[in-house]
Amino acid sequence: MFKLAWRNIWRHPRRTMLTLLAIAFAAAVLVFFIGLQLSSYDATINATISVFNGAIQVQPEGYHDRPQMRLTIDRPQQVLSSISEIPGVVAAAPRAIGFALLSSGSRTYGAQVVGVDPSTEPKVSTIPGLIKEGRYFTSTDETSFIVGTDLAKNLHVSVGDELTLLGQGRDGSMAATVLPIVGIFSSGSEELDRMMVQLPLHAFADTFGMNGSIHVVAVAVKQVGDVEPVEREIERSGVLGDSLVALRWDELIPGIRQMIELDMSSGWFFYFTLILIVAFSVVNTFFMAVLERTREFCVMLSLGMRPGYLCRLVVLESVMLLVSGLLLGIFIGSLIVLYFGEVGFSVPGMEEMARQFNMPGSIYPRVSFRALTDGPSVIFATSLIGVLFPAARVWRLNPTEGIRQV
Amino acid sequence: MSEVQKQAPIVCESVKRFYQQGDVTVKALAGVTLTIESGEFVSLSGPSGSGKTTLLNCVAGLDIPTSGEVYLIGNRVSQMSKSQLADLRLRSVGFVFQSYNLVPVLSAQENVEFVMELQGISRTERAERARAILQEVGLAGMEHRRPAELSGGQQQRVAVARAVASRPQLVLADEPTANLDSKTSGALMDMMREMNAEHGITFVFSTHDKLVMSRARRLIKMHDGLIESDEIQS
Ligand SMILES: Nc1ncnc2c1ncn2[C@@H]1O[C@H](COP(=O)(O)OP(=O)(O)OP(=O)(O)O)[C@@H](O)[C@H]1O
Ligand SMILES: [Mg+2]
Repeated sequence: MFKLAWRNIWRHPRRTMLTLLAIAFAAAVLVFFIGLQLSSYDATINATISVFNGAIQVQPEGYHDRPQMRLTIDRPQQVLSSISEIPGVVAAAPRAIGFALLSSGSRTYGAQVVGVDPSTEPKVSTIPGLIKEGRYFTSTDETSFIVGTDLAKNLHVSVGDELTLLGQGRDGSMAATVLPIVGIFSSGSEELDRMMVQLPLHAFADTFGMNGSIHVVAVAVKQVGDVEPVEREIERSGVLGDSLVALRWDELIPGIRQMIELDMSSGWFFYFTLILIVAFSVVNTFFMAVLERTREFCVMLSLGMRPGYLCRLVVLESVMLLVSGLLLGIFIGSLIVLYFGEVGFSVPGMEEMARQFNMPGSIYPRVSFRALTDGPSVIFATSLIGVLFPAARVWRLNPTEGIRQV
Repeated sequence: MSEVQKQAPIVCESVKRFYQQGDVTVKALAGVTLTIESGEFVSLSGPSGSGKTTLLNCVAGLDIPTSGEVYLIGNRVSQMSKSQLADLRLRSVGFVFQSYNLVPVLSAQENVEFVMELQGISRTERAERARAILQEVGLAGMEHRRPAELSGGQQQRVAVARAVASRPQLVLADEPTANLDSKTSGALMDMMREMNAEHGITFVFSTHDKLVMSRARRLIKMHDGLIESDEIQS
């Protein structure tokens, strides 16, 4: 039956080639575009989370909804070291966070004050590398500020000036300090640049009376795909206890996921149009083939072949053609993806969008399982449903019909 | 009619087949009663439109009579499903048509093997039987040609070879010689006759050809959907 089906397919080599190429083309386009899309999402996610948030954050329960000074992680060393050991984790950085008023001589603004560990923070956040004036913290026991560029502008301060911090400590007492500015960062995120000031963790602890506790552990992972396994592993490890939770980037910033889903669905509209066209061409090929072969099928039926066998033959032929086309398409698509994975892919206009999300101007698509299978499998399913029509015709075929028309 | 007679390869009891053509009813078969015994060599003749093809189709279960009963090798055709009929044909009936009998993508040998393959006969036995029968019909050396590479007469011989290779009890042939010259059709008839004599296969074939009719042992003539005459030739 396989042999027969294979030979039948090649009965009209040119027609078969055209159909095959149509399938392959569609599959290749889908493989490439879906690959590009998925990689660009990964890039977007990466860029967004690597600025400050991290892929996962461990926080006291309830802290994300209502950040309060008194909700703390009390034995940070233990949490930090066990998370750092989980495979896929690049680094885990401790942070203490408070809100305070900052004053330069002339102006006062409210700001988010973040105490960071100067040695691990650069592995989790890109802000240490985005200093546009001055420098980042050089040692753990330094006592100084890093300020967002817009905040600095608002306060009319620059590197070397001193800022007065006035807020409420962990125990409700007054927190106050005066420190010099050593650097000004420009992260690209308007919110961070306008709102945030960083200082080394120990200085934060002294000022706010933290007593060795922190608020958040920000975790960076190797790639976006590691997020979920790492999250599961953190939960399994038992470090969270009753009072802590692990939150993924999409729980921390729900907006990104929505944006991606919206973009994905608009992509599928285009893909579906393409898939329908291809499915039509496949079905058409098989309808023509079936009509042409009415006589032959009738002879087969008269020889005692069951109608079901003929149906299976027609379906098998179409499956063979589809699979060959799809494999060819997947192959070509992967080659294109690999090529652009080397040289990078960019379209005019994309760079602007890229800047907005803080990412490089071109995308380096990677070959991934989903990218290779999503498009082709939808083509396969759609075409197969379509092929049921010619198959149904074969099923209903009346042998006398073809025998008369000699 | 006795049960014993119904075991004959073909029994028709007042078989009628009407076609509705707009307002007109075409009586393709107007009531055919007929028994063909095992081992017979029968020709079915009559003017165009007299109902030969319709009769053969009804006998094979490819067409359904409007009324009357057909018994094929002891089976009441009207009571069988499509698949049961297919199996019965596969096991017991060979078919030869006027032309385009062969599966174009298969070689002569593969065409002959095809029915045996459906029957589930092993590969080696298939190949052996196919080669032997192709030799018998004079096509030794052409086993691997595709139908397009064979002449009309050669194709018909392959079709006959295929029809008999599965060792059916009955071979039905609808104008098997219509596209052949008299010499080739004579050779094809000789071949069928030989199969009939040697393997005891019952043959029923329709034809317009006087020469072909003269080779038959029993000659049935049809006219307007009825049997006009039915005689044994010496
Ligand atoms: N599907 C059909 N619809 C309508 N009329 C039909 C159909 N099939 C056959 N007929 C009619 O039935 C009659 C008998 O046809 P049939 O094909 O059996 O004749 P035949 O003896 O085989 O003729 P020929 O020698 O030309 O092959 C003819 O009048 C034909 O027009
Ligand atoms: Mg006819």
